[in-house]
Amino acid sequence: MTGELAIDVTGVTKRFGAKTVVNQVDLQVRRGEIYGFLGPNGSGKTTFIRMLCGLLIPDAGRGTCLGFDVLTQQAEIKRQVGYMTQRFSYYEDLSIRENLDFIARIYAVPDRRAAVDRSLEQLGLANRSHQLAGQLSGGWKQRLALAASLIHTPQLLLLDEPTAGVDPKARREFWDEIHRLAATGLTVLITTHYMDEAERCHRLAYLAYGNLLARGTVAEVVASARLTTWIVRGPELAALADSLRGRPGVEQVVAFGNTLHVSGRDAALLAAAVGAVRDSRHTWTLGQAGLEDVFIGLMDAARDNFA
Amino acid sequence: MPRFTFHRLWAIVLKEFIQMRRDRVTFGMMVGIPLLQLMLFGFAINSDPRHLPTALRLGDQGPYVRTFVAALRQSDYFTVVREAATEAEAAQLLQRGEVQFVINIPEDFTRRLLRGERPTILLEADATDPAATGPAVAAARVLAGNVFDRDLQGPLVALRGRPGPVDLQVHAHYNPENITQYNIVPGLMGVVLTMTMVVITALAITRERERGTMENLLATPVRPAEVMVGKIIPYIIVGYIQVTLILLAARFLFQVPMVGSLPLLYGVAFLFITASLAVGVTFSTLAQNQLQAVQMAFFFFLPSILLSGFMFPFRGMPEWAQWIGSILPLTHFLRIVRGIMLKGSDFADIAPELWPLLLFLAVAMAIGVKRYRQTLD
Ligand SMILES: Nc1ncnc2c1ncn2[C@@H]1O[C@H](COP(=O)(O)OP(=O)(O)OP(=O)(O)O)[C@@H](O)[C@H]1O
Ligand SMILES: [Mg+2]
Repeated sequence: MTGELAIDVTGVTKRFGAKTVVNQVDLQVRRGEIYGFLGPNGSGKTTFIRMLCGLLIPDAGRGTCLGFDVLTQQAEIKRQVGYMTQRFSYYEDLSIRENLDFIARIYAVPDRRAAVDRSLEQLGLANRSHQLAGQLSGGWKQRLALAASLIHTPQLLLLDEPTAGVDPKARREFWDEIHRLAATGLTVLITTHYMDEAERCHRLAYLAYGNLLARGTVAEVVASARLTTWIVRGPELAALADSLRGRPGVEQVVAFGNTLHVSGRDAALLAAAVGAVRDSRHTWTLGQAGLEDVFIGLMDAARDNFA
Repeated sequence: MPRFTFHRLWAIVLKEFIQMRRDRVTFGMMVGIPLLQLMLFGFAINSDPRHLPTALRLGDQGPYVRTFVAALRQSDYFTVVREAATEAEAAQLLQRGEVQFVINIPEDFTRRLLRGERPTILLEADATDPAATGPAVAAARVLAGNVFDRDLQGPLVALRGRPGPVDLQVHAHYNPENITQYNIVPGLMGVVLTMTMVVITALAITRERERGTMENLLATPVRPAEVMVGKIIPYIIVGYIQVTLILLAARFLFQVPMVGSLPLLYGVAFLFITASLAVGVTFSTLAQNQLQAVQMAFFFFLPSILLSGFMFPFRGMPEWAQWIGSILPLTHFLRIVRGIMLKGSDFADIAPELWPLLLFLAVAMAIGVKRYRQTLD
């Protein structure tokens, strides 16, 4: 295994029938990096990840994963990758320990018993290890799946919405754990719909309708969107929002509690639109566009271009 | 290219064992189905029917004859419904099915008995349903051997014991020596195994796909052959439990003799069980969902039961049916089981039936491994 890149693929394409689900995606992920993979539902994130670990064969494209060819060396890739599926896919009729033990045997984990014990300990499930996996709550299932995908100490972790349905405290612990693992050299590719999680990634990629629309650090992504955002405070924001929507230059009007975010890519047009409705009852400040504003802007633009 | 490894195979085997143990309903069915089938066939066979209608044609009315007839009536097996005057009348009664048995006593019975000449008692039986007549005939034999003992006093005591004072001849009409249980019970072993083994493994891989666990399994380095063999091994043990249950029932419930070698039978059963399981796993790789898998299993089960010689005599079938039948593992297993249990066949005798089984197993496994999709496409 050589090189700095854990994942290095270009032109990856997947079609289901006539529909192109992943279109010419290039992706480079460095070793030890936590790489966020974002995009609306049905944008092809899961499909892309499945192609990385040999579960689907790409229709076009090439590249390497951990230095192995993604088209021909799937078996080698599988041995070094931990994959946590979006839908819980361990055995519900096996206990927690039995599931971990099964995976550990499949990967021939050295000193298996100790490895399983350690995993149960970290998971905080040591005293419930004989409970059937099917009886766990959704969040606990996610934690079990994470533990199982780590038990063979993979080089690359592919996590497909690992924190869906997990409570905030557990989510924070989960991310602390991910950062701790990344510090030891593990590479993590993680899909999520949460903005706070996106911001904890070293770098991001944004996929919509199969097309990679943006990538880079959070700051780079925000900057590349060239989105201008006005933040408005004051009374009767709902009425103000209605009168702003549809004006030229106004691409998004989003209410955040007591503030309204008004964004657009063309700063001059937006300023004109704002000028038309501006009054003394509201305070208007030119603010920083958030990741969410950027993604929603990208999604709207993508819908116009591809859908 | 990564090779088949035993640690991964063992991981699958252990997992399947645990899942089998947890799935009580299915496990219960696998033990229950053979028992149920045996009971159903057991009642159908009715292995110990009594009060069978009997006609007497007595050429002699002496005290010894009266003793014999009284004992017959007491045995419960025979109910005397008619006395026939002539041989023709007796034959007609049998022909029409009015009686199951005719008992003929010759005219000089008493005289010849006392002279020690072992006169013949002729028991004519309607053996269309051999299961119905068997126990009654056996009872008559016992009677003929010892019913006269009390009457044989003084110098006649010498006539007691072997070979007995009379000679009971049994004449089975219509179906000589075709004994139903002997055919059905060994055949049932193959039928039960086909039914349960194919269905249970047909579900094995489709279940993984439907529950979504396949995605995880495919993401691990496990090989197709490891999954397939790993899913087969636990059920081989279940198959042996079924074989044992049926053999016990054959012995103690239906008194089917075991003439040949039990170890040989158990050895050959391995091949048949594995072949059936391989068919199931192969269906499992072809089917989209569990329902389809079960349908395929039944599609396989029907010709197996109809064309193997279980339902109809194999040699009586048209040529095309025999041809299909020769492909099916059940056909060969039936011949093997019947051969070993009833005729005492040894390995050399059954060898010609082993090759088709082996070939079938190899082809089924090959299709399964080839069809096992390593991707989710
Ligand atoms: N096996 C399949 N056959 C046909 N179409 C499929 C298949 N798998 C996925 N798709 C389609 O591909 C598209 C992308 O699906 P994918 O699961 O990759 O999206 P996603 O980005 O993971 O979405 P989500 O955020 O909801 O998980 C969807 O339109 C989906 O309907
Ligand atoms: Mg998805």
